[in-house]
Amino acid sequence: MSGLTLFQKLWDAHVVHVEADGTTLLYIDRHLVHEVTSPQAFEGLKLAGRRPRRADAAIAVPDHNVPTTDRSQGIADPISRLQVETLDANCAEFGITEFKMDDIRQGIVHVIGPEEGLTLPGMTVVCGDSHTSTHGAFGALAFGIGTSEVEHVLATQCLWQKPSKTMLVKVEGQLGKGVTAKDIALAIIGEIGTAGGTGYALEFGGSVIRALSVEGRMTLCNMAIEAGARAGMVAVDATTIDYVKGRPYAPKGAAWDMAVAWWNTLHSDADAVFDRVVELDAAKIEPQVTWGTSPEMVTTINGSVPNPADAPSAVKQHDWARALEYMGLQAGKPIAEIPVDKVFIGSCTNSRIEDLREAASVARGRKVAPNVKLAMVVPGSGLVKQQAEAEGLDRIFVEAGFEWREPGCSMCLAMNADRLEPGERCASTSNRNFEGRQGQGGRTHLVSPAMAAAAACAGHFVDVRHF
Amino acid sequence: MRAFTTLNGRVVPLDRANVDTDAIIPKQFLKSIKRAGFGPNLFDEWRYLDHGEPGMDPATRSPNPEFVLNFPRYQGASVLLARDNFGCGSSREHAPWALEDFGIRAIIAPSYADIFYNNCFKNGILPIVLDGAVVDRLFRECEASEGYRLNVDLDKQTVTTPGGEVLAFEVDGGRKHRLLNGLDDIGLTLLQADKIKAYEERRKVEAPWLFA
Repeated sequence: MSGLTLFQKLWDAHVVHVEADGTTLLYIDRHLVHEVTSPQAFEGLKLAGRRPRRADAAIAVPDHNVPTTDRSQGIADPISRLQVETLDANCAEFGITEFKMDDIRQGIVHVIGPEEGLTLPGMTVVCGDSHTSTHGAFGALAFGIGTSEVEHVLATQCLWQKPSKTMLVKVEGQLGKGVTAKDIALAIIGEIGTAGGTGYALEFGGSVIRALSVEGRMTLCNMAIEAGARAGMVAVDATTIDYVKGRPYAPKGAAWDMAVAWWNTLHSDADAVFDRVVELDAAKIEPQVTWGTSPEMVTTINGSVPNPADAPSAVKQHDWARALEYMGLQAGKPIAEIPVDKVFIGSCTNSRIEDLREAASVARGRKVAPNVKLAMVVPGSGLVKQQAEAEGLDRIFVEAGFEWREPGCSMCLAMNADRLEPGERCASTSNRNFEGRQGQGGRTHLVSPAMAAAAACAGHFVDVRHF
Repeated sequence: MRAFTTLNGRVVPLDRANVDTDAIIPKQFLKSIKRAGFGPNLFDEWRYLDHGEPGMDPATRSPNPEFVLNFPRYQGASVLLARDNFGCGSSREHAPWALEDFGIRAIIAPSYADIFYNNCFKNGILPIVLDGAVVDRLFRECEASEGYRLNVDLDKQTVTTPGGEVLAFEVDGGRKHRLLNGLDDIGLTLLQADKIKAYEERRKVEAPWLFA
C-alpha cells in the first residue's frame, strides 16, 4: 500500500462521519469571518433560533469595506458602514472575538489569521472567501466557502465534503534573482490554466518551495484558487514551526510540544501517490505580467501581448480577442512598453512585511514616474504597518511619492473608496485581473511587489532584475 | 430552500468561457446585508451601459442592447447555457442569489468552478454538466431557433431538447436528494450531533490546543 498525501492526512484527522456514498462530515477547527459574506449567515441562525456551536473557534475582522485613509470619522459610505456595524453587532450578540476597525490587529482576514497564530498546522480552516487557500501554507486544509456554509459551520462546526483529487506541483532548480513566489504562482497558472486545479487540492513541493519563506508560501497558496483549486498546501517543516512559535494564539508549554510532535508528521509520505503531478523548472521562471482578464493570460516581462489567432481553441481565440479589446492592447505590443496609470501594492496575496520590504528595496531613492497618477501601498494589517514603520519602509515609500495607507482589502476588489476609473491601467500585486475587478472599466495587470514598485518608478512595466 | 424537480424553460446562451463571479454580481452590490434583491444587478457591468450602484431603480437605467440577457427573444429565460469554468473566482454566494432572483433555475455548462457549483445546490439552482461538444451543439440550436426551450428532469437526470433528444447528466446522489426535496443541510447535520460531540471529546485529548 502506498503512503499518504498531506491532504489525506489532514482529511483523515477531521472525519466525523461518512455516508454510504463517501460524502463526509468534516470537522472545522478555525472559522474566519468577515463583514461581506457573514450577515446573511447570522440572520439565518437568528431566524432558526440557533447559536454558534463553538464561538471560540471563530474570529472576525472587517476588511473589505474599511477605508484605507483616515478612519477617525468612521466609514463615509452608509451601506459599507452598515455592513461593518452589522458584523460588530453579530459578534457581540454571539460572543465571537472581533478585531474591530480601530484595533491594531485589524487587517485582511488572511493576513491576521497567520499573524496571530489563529491559523495553525494541521487545522481545517474555512472562511467565506475564496482566498482562504492562503492558510494551506501552514500544512492546513483551508478553503473558501459560501454564506450558506458559513451559517452551517457556525451552527454545527462541520461541513459536508467529498475528498478532492490531489495534484503535486513540484518546483525544482534554481530560482533567479528578482523572481518571487508571486512569479511562481502566475507561472503555474499559466502552465495549468485557470481551471487546471478544479476538483483538486494542490500541494506545492520541491526544493524551491522548501526554500521559500512562510510568507512566500502564503502567496503561492493564496493563488491556488486562481488555478481553480479550492485548497493549496505546503508540508510542515522547521520554517513553518519557527514562524508559528510565540504567536499570540499559538499553543504554549506542554501543548506546544504535543502540537509540534503531530505537526512534524504533516507532509506527504515519500511513496504517496498523487492523481496528477506537474513539474516546473525554477530556472525558467521569469518575472510575470498578466496581459488579459484572467490570471492564466500571463507572460513574462520580456514577452509581448499575444495574437488571438494563436490561441489554442476557437473559444480561447474569442476570449483573447475580447480580453485585448477590454484591456486596450494590440497584439505584438512588448509588455515592457505598456505604461501604467496606477500602482497598487497590497491584498491578501502580497501585503505582508516581506512584500513591503521587497517593494521598498526597489522604491528606495527613486521617484514615482510623472505619468503615474497614484501609487499606493496598503499594508495587510495594523501590525504589518507598525512593523514597516519601525523599519522605515513608510518613509522610503512616501519619499518616492507612494501613498502609505491603512490596512484592508482596498483596491484588490475596490469595495471601499479605492478603485480604478474606466480605462485606467494598474500594476497590481493582487490576485485577479477580471473585468471590472478593481473598478468598472479598470485594466489590471498582476505582478509581484518588486515589479509593481519598478513599474511605478519607470511609469511602465520594466524588468526589475535590470532596474 | 426551494426544491427543484423538473423545469421546462426558455434558454439564454452566454457564450464566454471563465465567467467569474465578479461579472455575475459586481462587488458594490455585496454591501447588502440581505439575501434577496440581487436579480436586477445580475451581470450588471455587461447588462447596463451606465455604472450601477446599490439602490438605483433599474427602470431609470440604460440597458446594453448588445448583451444577450437583454435580447427580447431571451426574456423570461430560466435556463442559462454557459461555457467552461463558469462561476470562477470569488466564493460570493451573492452570485447564485442573483441568478436565482433573476429567474435562472438551471445552468448547463461543460464545467464549473468548485465553490460556485457547490453554492448553487444551496440555493435551489441545478448546475448541469454536459460534454463540451454537446454544449456547443445546444448553443447552435438555441441561437438558431427563437423561443428555444429545454426540459430538465432532475429525478431522471435528463435534459430533453425540443427535437426529443434526451441528454443524460451526472449528479451527486446526496445533492440530488436534498435539491429534489428542498432540504437544508443544517437540520440533516444536526442529526449527527452525537458523532460531532464524540469527535470533539476525542480531539480534546489528542489535540487540546485546538480547544484552548
